[in-house]
Amino acid sequence: MATVLEGVGRRTISELDYVGSLNIQLWATLRAMGNALPVVGNRHRWKATVQQMLQIGVEALPMVSLMAICTGFILAMQGASELRRFGALHYVIDLVAVGFTRELGPLLTAIAVSGRSGSAFAAEIGTMKVTEELDSLRVMALEPIEFVLAPKYLAALVTVPCLSVISNVCGIFAGGLFMFFSTRLAPLLYLRYVLTSIELHDVIMGLIKSVVFATIIAHVGCLEGFRVLGGPDSVGRSTTSAVVKSTFLVIVADAIFTAIFYFTVKS
Amino acid sequence: MPIISVRDLVVEYDGRRVLDGLSLDIQQGETMVLLGGSGSGKSTLLRHIIGLERPKSGSVSVKGTDITRCSQSEMKTVRHSIGVAFQSAALFNSLTVEDNVALPLREHTRLAPPIVDLMVWMYLAAVGLADFGKLLPQELSGGMKKRAAVARALALGPEILVLDEPSAGLDPIVAAELDDLIVLLKEVFKMTVIVVTHEMPSAFRIADRIAMLYKGAFRAVGTKEEIKASKDPRVRQFLDRIPGEGAKTQFLEEHFEKYLQSPEAN
Repeated sequence: MATVLEGVGRRTISELDYVGSLNIQLWATLRAMGNALPVVGNRHRWKATVQQMLQIGVEALPMVSLMAICTGFILAMQGASELRRFGALHYVIDLVAVGFTRELGPLLTAIAVSGRSGSAFAAEIGTMKVTEELDSLRVMALEPIEFVLAPKYLAALVTVPCLSVISNVCGIFAGGLFMFFSTRLAPLLYLRYVLTSIELHDVIMGLIKSVVFATIIAHVGCLEGFRVLGGPDSVGRSTTSAVVKSTFLVIVADAIFTAIFYFTVKS
Repeated sequence: MPIISVRDLVVEYDGRRVLDGLSLDIQQGETMVLLGGSGSGKSTLLRHIIGLERPKSGSVSVKGTDITRCSQSEMKTVRHSIGVAFQSAALFNSLTVEDNVALPLREHTRLAPPIVDLMVWMYLAAVGLADFGKLLPQELSGGMKKRAAVARALALGPEILVLDEPSAGLDPIVAAELDDLIVLLKEVFKMTVIVVTHEMPSAFRIADRIAMLYKGAFRAVGTKEEIKASKDPRVRQFLDRIPGEGAKTQFLEEHFEKYLQSPEAN
């Protein structure tokens, strides 16, 4: 019994330590973010931020778009197969439009970015730790949080919401294609129905979620990299851990935010 | 006044004492070699001297600033006066050799890009890598990487140059060339040099003084001649390459004999 309690206690302390480390890292990054901004910040840091934006955003664009188009089709087809029975096929438009803007667009994007970039952050920083590059930065009076993490975080904050919007557009486009081929609904009419079913708060809700997801992905990925101890095997473990933990936390955060919006915002 | 002063330094990892109350003064302009076997604590001492870790107790003063208790801004000032070349060279793999050397200059000075380029070329030429600036670190040999790391450490014109195992993993000729380079750089740039090594020829080639570490404590600190003449059994063991208990030669011999007599071997 004592061993079980010890195990639970140790695990709880370890998880609290992880959450504490994430918080400390987040505040330290927010303090250092000014240097990653254009014009007012350090131009080398801004250059690094733009490079990160290309890696996190532009390079992920084909994958995110394709995922959104496939999911849009799936959602429309699954919705249609049920709604057709009640003669409510036109509700497929609401289902796809609202479902993507509020939920699927940001979530699919976060999962894709977590798999692509969250793991890359952990691997890059973990390797830098193993090869003493992080120590090398510190002895050159350059803080790794400012030098490595701040550009990644700023880039994620900008690109993840942008990717989410593109994901929304692709998903809704896929819904439009389905409606055109299944009911011969004119594209312009579909667009008009979409615009009437989406409200501004749906879009804002999705964007708020994307910012939170970007924060989770960037910080979990980087923290896993900073926590690497030992050799290359540890880098591999941290990379896996970064994807698993960030995906899990993204889904938990999504559930929390959806609940908050459900109970506070009147549709 | 010493440029670096270590006082009663105690370092523990998970309750295991790694450095046991070390005290050492390093004078301005001297080359101090920290000598010792694997696990003796020399790299740990070095990491505390450059402020990468905080000790359990004791102090490390660099140019009069206690870096174990100073503020971040004071630490930043101290770090500008220290150049470090790590054992693994620790060059940034995504940057060319030139950009690695230019990094501290671009970050900490307001020099115009052509001046930075000129200084980078100068430092690379000083370590014999003037023609290799455009290469990536992974395209260099082990010795060239270490030279590039020394060039980067020199970039801000530090008063103190710290080298962690500069000749580890290098063949004797390249190691000797690197020793000569360290001696030359010290004469040209008038720096204080701290070198961690376990290579005896290298230590005696470059050192003004040697501090010999054994199990987290100094066994001897003195000039090359004093160390060579030392009667301390641990120092003699290290100098005369006498195997320690760790090798367990007799145990291995018995084990092999037993194995050879066993039916499995026949």
